Amino acid sequence: MIDVLVIGGGNAALCAALMAREAGASVLLLEAAPREWRGGNSGHTRNLRCMHDAPQDVLVEAYPEEEYWQDLLKVTGGLTNEHLARLTIRASSTCRDWMRRHGVHFQPPLSGALHVARTNAFFMGGGKALVNAYYRSAEKLGVQIRYQAPVDRLDIQDGRFVAACVGAERIEAKACVLAAGGFESNRAWLREAWGQNADGEWPADNFLIRGTRFNQGVLIKHMMEQGADMIGDPSQSHCVAIDARAPLYDGGICTRIDCVSLGVVVNQNAQRFYDEGEDFWPKRYAIWGRLVAQQPSQIGYSIIDSKAIGRFMPPVFPGVKADSLSELAQKLGLDVDTFMRTLNGYNAACRVGIFDHTALDDCHTEGLAPAKTHWARPIDTAPFYGYALRPGITFTYLGLKVNDQAAVHFGGAPSDNLFVAGEMMAGNVLGKGYTAGVGMSIGTAFGRIAGTQAAQVAMKSGAIVEKTRAAA
Amino acid sequence: MQQLDTLTRQARALANGGVLPGTPEAEVARQLQICNACRYCEGFCAVFPAMTRRLEFGKADVHYLANLCHNCGACLHACQYAPPHEFAVNVPQTMAKVRLQTYTDFAWPPSLGRLYQRNGLTLALAVAGALAFFMMFTLWLKDTLWRVPTPADFYAIFPHNLLVALFAPVFLFAVLALALGVRRFWREVTPGQDAAAAALAAVKTDAAMEATHDVLRLKYLDGGHGEGCNNEGDAWTLWRRRFHHATFYGFLLCFAATSVATLYHYLLGWVAPYDLPSLPKLLGAVGGLSLLVGTAGLFVLNLRRHPQHGDAAQKPMDRGFIALLFFTSLTGLALWLARGTAAMPVLLALHLACVMALFLTLPYGKFAHGIFRSAALLKWAIEKRLPSQLQLGDD
Repeated sequence: MIDVLVIGGGNAALCAALMAREAGASVLLLEAAPREWRGGNSGHTRNLRCMHDAPQDVLVEAYPEEEYWQDLLKVTGGLTNEHLARLTIRASSTCRDWMRRHGVHFQPPLSGALHVARTNAFFMGGGKALVNAYYRSAEKLGVQIRYQAPVDRLDIQDGRFVAACVGAERIEAKACVLAAGGFESNRAWLREAWGQNADGEWPADNFLIRGTRFNQGVLIKHMMEQGADMIGDPSQSHCVAIDARAPLYDGGICTRIDCVSLGVVVNQNAQRFYDEGEDFWPKRYAIWGRLVAQQPSQIGYSIIDSKAIGRFMPPVFPGVKADSLSELAQKLGLDVDTFMRTLNGYNAACRVGIFDHTALDDCHTEGLAPAKTHWARPIDTAPFYGYALRPGITFTYLGLKVNDQAAVHFGGAPSDNLFVAGEMMAGNVLGKGYTAGVGMSIGTAFGRIAGTQAAQVAMKSGAIVEKTRAAA
Repeated sequence: MQQLDTLTRQARALANGGVLPGTPEAEVARQLQICNACRYCEGFCAVFPAMTRRLEFGKADVHYLANLCHNCGACLHACQYAPPHEFAVNVPQTMAKVRLQTYTDFAWPPSLGRLYQRNGLTLALAVAGALAFFMMFTLWLKDTLWRVPTPADFYAIFPHNLLVALFAPVFLFAVLALALGVRRFWREVTPGQDAAAAALAAVKTDAAMEATHDVLRLKYLDGGHGEGCNNEGDAWTLWRRRFHHATFYGFLLCFAATSVATLYHYLLGWVAPYDLPSLPKLLGAVGGLSLLVGTAGLFVLNLRRHPQHGDAAQKPMDRGFIALLFFTSLTGLALWLARGTAAMPVLLALHLACVMALFLTLPYGKFAHGIFRSAALLKWAIEKRLPSQLQLGDD
């Protein structure tokens, strides 16, 4: 019998597998995806949010525990567990040497991401390079890896893991780590979680999934049915506004639209609905998914003029381009009269001071609802560009409740040999909201804890079996 | 009408320095649009930092970036948009296709550019032709290919001046053709309006130093982290870099041996053959061995190369060039070892044929990559020292 079974194939699963193997356990890792799609959402990530008290290789200045914790408290609005959060934060300050030993390389922030130079360590080549490095290291250490092996149910007896089932095949192990991602790829579940709006629409039908198609939440649902203690709300997810032309799955980072704060955003009725200049874009992009989700047909249009070109990260698809605003409205399929009223109203309301998109500048609107409080400049210089926006789901927060040993709980009691890491339990630390790189911090910290715990349990039970055998 | 529209659009695209749809250049432009919105690969090499200084990718940009690409493979294996993703991003492969286009388009004289397109055939014909020529020539001069030469002297078969008359024009033509080709390339990729002359002059020396350094050390085969580039798969290896070094420096040493020998001949009146421990022989022996090891290594690596790296259509050109260098070195060393034996005349003919084929194809084969890439590295070293024209929010 195998010592530790790891279910999942992304960052948290790999961290667990590597730690368990390093502790001497025999490890089998089951990845639901075929090899070319392995790694789940980790392949789309790019950095790790790291605590550090002094400059550390690629990280500048300091990012102490308390500041990290306050940041987490702020973005989650208190929906977090301080003990587990601080554990994650501290782990993030020491895990990188271990990551390097397994082939991960770090680099200073990418261009366009200097705002996280102090807080986030970037993976050279991004998350897929990290995933590749971990798989190589796991293979070298003798972790058994199986692709296209989706687990559909577990055999759990009295809160103890006994076996996992891949179709008709039953795989027993002494301990198990669940790290199979959230349920964001399950469109039927998203539909059910978001329900119907007042206009009778099913908003989630118009959502795009930014990551893998393999996070169907099969085991989250299964564990709920098994009576595991859960945490989080299924309608909560990390949801950003992305290019409406993005593919249904795996659009990743490049489908983001970064020009919202430089122009205006209108809905399908050609009307504005929120302050585009409320704060710096990196601090606001994560609320725009939900804002667009609340609009009719779950669509928005970011409108800019040529003054904005060259001031934001280039989008993956070219914008719809027109020489006049009315032509742009026509091309976007918006009502021209309403669109012109909205834009003219906005242009007339702009009070332009000294434009500076690197500061909360004094360009704002007056007498306009909703207001645009910064970077408000008339949209008046042809050519004009429009980008259609859709809500893009990054991950969901619903998951399994854990303690600081990453143990799955049943009726408030921790399981002896069933552990969980990554998106499946991130909701313990991150009940809502998001801040760059924290998902990887949670996945790495709890993946490593889960692997260590699972190996310890498995090897102890192995030792007992040996002893009993010797006695007999 | 439709056709006219298309033609008009294409003409406009060309006039703006744009790329024609359906060409390898257009495919690079499409992929770089995706890369520029992602940027995860910035740490690997110079291509991606150079890309982030641009929002659009016209013909000149595409040719410049394609030649800056070392085909290391790192970005393919790290790419979240690589096949089977529907975005089908494979930067090393499309860049390789454009490079062939660069060599063809900028070749001098232009009509010979098409030799690149069927380079395997070009090489084969050059080798076969040179072989036939030197065999027959030897026979015609000496009536036999198999005899012990009286004094062990190559010049007994081919008088020195005859060799110079054969090789000097071919070699000088190769140098001229490559120089004119890369000059045309440089003019296209450096439109000049990028920066003020004063700013350019201020950075020129440093840039040239850096570019030289990057060329001589093959900096961009180190993966950005020093552990090397990719060959068979997502694991890194330093062997591509090492074997390339052995090949490149071996070639230079052989070239130095010939140059020193020329100086000996004309300045000092010391006439070949030289033997150890003379400088030409020392340089030639070390260089020849290094070239043998390097090309053999590169050949094996090339055979094992991940099928998605590079352009499969160019394998004959790559392998042909590697093989020609290998045999040039092998016949050279064999000739030295067989001096004074009956095999000498035939080996001499073989060696001279290899060298001649190498010189003939130098401006129309894989050798061009070194010249064009060095030019691209120089442009990058200049460009990175000048302020970016973009003001992306967070840069």
